[in-house]
Amino acid sequence: MTAIDELNRGKTSYLSDFDLFERAAPGRQNAWLARLRRKGMERFDAAGFPSRKNEDWQYTNVAPLAGIPFRLAGKSANGVRASNLRDILFGEIDCCNLVFVNGSYSEKLSSSRSLPRGVCVGSLRRALEERVREIEPYLARHAEPEANPFTALNTAFIDDGAYLCIADDMVLEDVIHLVYISTGQEANLVCHPRNLIRVGAGSRVSVVESYVGLNGGVSFTNAVTEMVMEEGAAVDHYKLQREGGAAFHIATLQANLEQGCSFSSHFVSLGGALTRNDVRAVLAGEGSECTLNGLYVAKGRQHMDSSTCVDHAKPHSSSRQLYKGVLDDDSTAAFSGRVVVRTDAQKTSALQSNRNLLLSESALVDTRPQLEIYADDVKCTHGATIGKLDEDSLFYLRSRGIGEDAARTLLTYAFASEVIGAMKIKPIQCQMDLVLLARLARDAATEVP
Amino acid sequence: MLEIRDLHANVEGNEILHGINLKVHGGEVHAIMGPNGSGKSTLAKVLAGREGYEVTRGEVLYDGRDLLEMLPEERAREGLFLGFQYPVEIPGVSNMYFLKAALNAVRKHRGEAELDALEFLELARRKMKVVEMEEALLNRAVNEGFSGGEKKRNEVFQMAVLEPRLAVLDETDSGLDIDALKMVAKGVNTLRGGDRAIVLVTHYQRLLNYIVPDYVHVLVDGRIVKSGGKELAHELEEKGYGRLLEAEGSRKMVSRGA
Repeated sequence: MTAIDELNRGKTSYLSDFDLFERAAPGRQNAWLARLRRKGMERFDAAGFPSRKNEDWQYTNVAPLAGIPFRLAGKSANGVRASNLRDILFGEIDCCNLVFVNGSYSEKLSSSRSLPRGVCVGSLRRALEERVREIEPYLARHAEPEANPFTALNTAFIDDGAYLCIADDMVLEDVIHLVYISTGQEANLVCHPRNLIRVGAGSRVSVVESYVGLNGGVSFTNAVTEMVMEEGAAVDHYKLQREGGAAFHIATLQANLEQGCSFSSHFVSLGGALTRNDVRAVLAGEGSECTLNGLYVAKGRQHMDSSTCVDHAKPHSSSRQLYKGVLDDDSTAAFSGRVVVRTDAQKTSALQSNRNLLLSESALVDTRPQLEIYADDVKCTHGATIGKLDEDSLFYLRSRGIGEDAARTLLTYAFASEVIGAMKIKPIQCQMDLVLLARLARDAATEVP
Repeated sequence: MLEIRDLHANVEGNEILHGINLKVHGGEVHAIMGPNGSGKSTLAKVLAGREGYEVTRGEVLYDGRDLLEMLPEERAREGLFLGFQYPVEIPGVSNMYFLKAALNAVRKHRGEAELDALEFLELARRKMKVVEMEEALLNRAVNEGFSGGEKKRNEVFQMAVLEPRLAVLDETDSGLDIDALKMVAKGVNTLRGGDRAIVLVTHYQRLLNYIVPDYVHVLVDGRIVKSGGKELAHELEEKGYGRLLEAEGSRKMVSRGA
């Protein structure tokens, strides 16, 4: 049996689950939605799990994931209590918290503050049941199943997630915090969170996605977030991935920016056994700007693959990317950053930087910048580095009395914290900082500031 | 306090120190002078425990204990301080956090209570006056974007906070204009006294106009070729290393011949 046949065997459980799911899925009466799901399944069936011959997946072997017959998670939120959320929610800012347990919205755990008129925040499942027509023009218009087999799979199983719709000219003070909990109690469960976020012209909002695992069991989260931004909208997006050590996490964030939009994405990856995170922004309107920042911190045998794509379609747009990685033990990581500048997109400015810190001899990172430039009047730069902790810095700290482990932790933190430091919302920044420090200090048992 | 006996050290397989002997007692200020490449900085780094400097012969006793057996952080906690010729820039680590962590590591080692952020800030403000350092530098990343003068002031400031028993200052005067030099010297002089010993490593005599040493040693080609009082520095300034050594050489010949 070839490796590809082996990968394809893993499709069976999804195909059989799909038949059951389809018959009970929310909004199944709607022909468009039914067709969309079916198209997703067909696409996934045709493409199969990506092999490493697929250029987009050359650094990530999904065989361990494909080899497990994952079953669709049920709708029970059993075993999760409000106390489980204590370290996840942000205390110091007003948030609208939507909590999902194994992919399903939990009303009991969520806390929604009263929001202004023109803002709709809730579960996608409910929206699919009650007003699928409102959603039809936006859902799956930007995150295309053709682009990625996992997006296709997610599309087949569109069920629940967050639905956020903001009218024109609104400034939402509350942070929308989406929390996804994998309970891991029952082994081998998969969920496919699907989030649809629509931001009206001139509106502003901040959205956080937190993915956590509770019991460290084997689970698979296959998430897709679609961000549809109208003219002049501004979105600040944060994602913190800290699933359990045996979790598989695959996700795509797809943002579409019209004229004069501003989008920033801050991604922090700490957990999971095998993770892949795609952030794709299409700058479809003139004068739009996006910032994509990311930090992946891996140890043990973790594998973290980050992929970005910025598509400059119109003139006078700018993008900045800073992705940093810290790899310890036998961990592996990959970064692929693609920048496309279309013929029309004159006066584009695109910067990309990927910097990696290897803390052990056996850690490995692949980094691949890809620039495709079809316009002639543009400014594009990219750079990638892979290095070790600076011995001079280490000696400097030790020569002042700081122990070697603490000095290493401090320097590693200093390297990684640049990404966190760029976060705009202070309380989020502080909390991410604490999470990062706790993660880095765990082995070194050092004091944290 | 410090006793160096027949110290030989290699860097990348080349012997740089060919048998150094030096005794420093508490409260004394020693200057080690020498031309470029004489091994001054190597000596300072060996004392502080920098990796890559291999001691092949001899020993260094610090309060009777084997200094070379100790890790760099242990040496620091025991009261040894190295002022760097080129202080390292560490982006992302605030000067304040760095120095608080260092001081608390030292205090913990001494069995003293660790300082909290407020107590440390109070102490730091007091010590900053010693070198007239601006408080803004405390909140910046360690040495990042500091001017040459600011970096050296930061070294002396750290020394003031950590209150070492033995400070080895490696080319603290290099790259400083006269005002910055005076300021740094003033800081060091403030910290002089009691049982604290200071070893100044320098190429030029000019620093010694402001920090007057008790003893001067001339290091050439990995050996101390001449030791004396502070007047030796003036002699060196007058004659230069070359002529001083020539004179030294001919005298030796004469004494041998006699």
